[in-house]
Amino acid sequence: MSVFFAKRFLTLIVTLIGASMVIFLVMEILPGDPALVILGVDAPESAVVSLTKELGLDRPAPERYWDWISGLMQGQMGNSYAYKVPVWELVEGAVLISLPLALMSIFLSVVLALVIGLYAAANHNKAGDITLMGISQLGISIPNFWLAILVIILFAIELRWLPAGGFPGWDEGILKCLKALLLPAVALATVVGAVLARITRSSVLEVFREDYVRTARAKGLSQRATLWRHVLRNAMIPVLTVTGIQFAALLTGTVVVENVFHIPGLGSLVLKAINNRDTIVVENVVLLLATMVITVNFIVDILYAVIDPRLKAHDI
Amino acid sequence: MTLLNVKNLNVILETSEGIARAVRDLNFSLEKGETLGIVGESGCGKSMTALALMGLLPEMGKTTGQIELNGENLLEKSEAEMCKIRGNNLAMIFQEPMTSLNPVHTVGRQIMEPLRLHMGLTKEEARAEAVRLLDRVGIPNPRERIGNYPHQLSGGQRQRVMIAMALSCAPDILIADEPTTALDVTIQDQILELIQALVHEEGMGLILISHDLGVVSENTDSIMVMYGGAAVETGRTDNIFDELVHPYTQGLFAAMPKLGRAREARLVTIPGTVPDLVNLPAGCTFTDRCPLATEICRNTPPPIESIDARHAAA
Repeated sequence: MSVFFAKRFLTLIVTLIGASMVIFLVMEILPGDPALVILGVDAPESAVVSLTKELGLDRPAPERYWDWISGLMQGQMGNSYAYKVPVWELVEGAVLISLPLALMSIFLSVVLALVIGLYAAANHNKAGDITLMGISQLGISIPNFWLAILVIILFAIELRWLPAGGFPGWDEGILKCLKALLLPAVALATVVGAVLARITRSSVLEVFREDYVRTARAKGLSQRATLWRHVLRNAMIPVLTVTGIQFAALLTGTVVVENVFHIPGLGSLVLKAINNRDTIVVENVVLLLATMVITVNFIVDILYAVIDPRLKAHDI
Repeated sequence: MTLLNVKNLNVILETSEGIARAVRDLNFSLEKGETLGIVGESGCGKSMTALALMGLLPEMGKTTGQIELNGENLLEKSEAEMCKIRGNNLAMIFQEPMTSLNPVHTVGRQIMEPLRLHMGLTKEEARAEAVRLLDRVGIPNPRERIGNYPHQLSGGQRQRVMIAMALSCAPDILIADEPTTALDVTIQDQILELIQALVHEEGMGLILISHDLGVVSENTDSIMVMYGGAAVETGRTDNIFDELVHPYTQGLFAAMPKLGRAREARLVTIPGTVPDLVNLPAGCTFTDRCPLATEICRNTPPPIESIDARHAAA
């Protein structure tokens, strides 16, 4: 187990170093001068030069890369070019919105997927299965921003159960914040849940055809007991894989839904930073997202080994 | 009372190409302590017969006729009642030990499952019994092996685990569907001997399914040769081998590899392939491959004729 763990951990570190290089390189290539964006296109040449010097952007790229990385080692992200405040101050608030939102969405999706997927598989090719798969097809097809607008109209405007948008801040109480995140989470979870439900169903059906399921039935286990004791755990591996990928997508790809709900999450922060050519913010946020995605993959890898003892054996 | 009495057993499979008659009009019986061999090549309906007995046919399969176990017709039982019979009165060993055990559970847990289900044992009792069973089927260090996962065992050991599992509740009948086909030749004999010894010890009935006439001849009291879903020759093992009546049985016998002959003479085959079960010919299903076939065979199915009281063939 420890060898397995150490190997995966090493991969994590190497991937992070690689990711940081790619991110830095891409931001170097990206056209647009931060100083020029801050001062405006009509600014005199001398002002642009002096601001560039002030921001430290005149130094060679490897030096700036090293500054960034060594700063991160000491827990410093540097200062935003556009707002002149530490990057972490901008990022902190956004992370505290985007991360809970992603967690809420993935939780809702997985619950939805397991209930629908298992029910559909247990009633394979019957009316319930066909109806649910039709609905899930619809769920996959609906763009989430449009669904976001629909849930706002229904739950916020018509029923007035939940706020239509905005985020009160965690100081205002956890319940209020969770309420503010619930509708965006539902909008995001519908699509992800629909994808996962279909995968759960097909995976369960596939495992049901395995020889060891027939063995379990030959022992006298009922269809239902076989599903819980023998099928579910084996069927969870593809579901877990896709859950990991979808969770990563939820961390990074929620900008459209964030905009619909006027939530200042990470997606919105990056978008604004790119427009401002606030490269240092972009670099830090993207690396942070990469870290979260890689960590999620790391956890998924560990969970594989927990589910299936054969995977551990291969690594040791 | 006869332990198992099968009358007019028919299995049809509703496939996308049409209705396949996988098993046709089977009649056989089995007494306590007796061994019946079912022989035939792949696709002749052996495994379908076994699954029909267990009530575990795939969804597209339908069984008609009578399967009487201890005088009770299994085909009239509800699914819940069948769950109490499977693993308890009627147990089965499958062909593929590599895939027949759940890879994510320890073998101990898998052996304990039927014990707890049918015998109502507590976890500790079931554990002790599982250790005893593992020891009985010849697995060394059963106390440690019980915590192993299937991938940590060899094919032969896995099949021993399957046997331990099948015999855990001392069933009335054990169905062994090609139990040694996937194993090494050296292991095959050990496994067959183990099954024989355990069956003899417990006095249960055994249905041994194989494509290997050699395996069946050595290990059974009576034989049913199947072809195209139907029995073509039945009888006491000794009587059948005294006089092979049906041309298919003769073909199977001739197809056993013989050592010490020239290359060409070592392996004789039956030409052609098994008939398409969806479009069975009107007459004898073996016509196209039979060296003795005439025009009558093509149009009229042959009747079963008794050779003597203990031997019959189509």
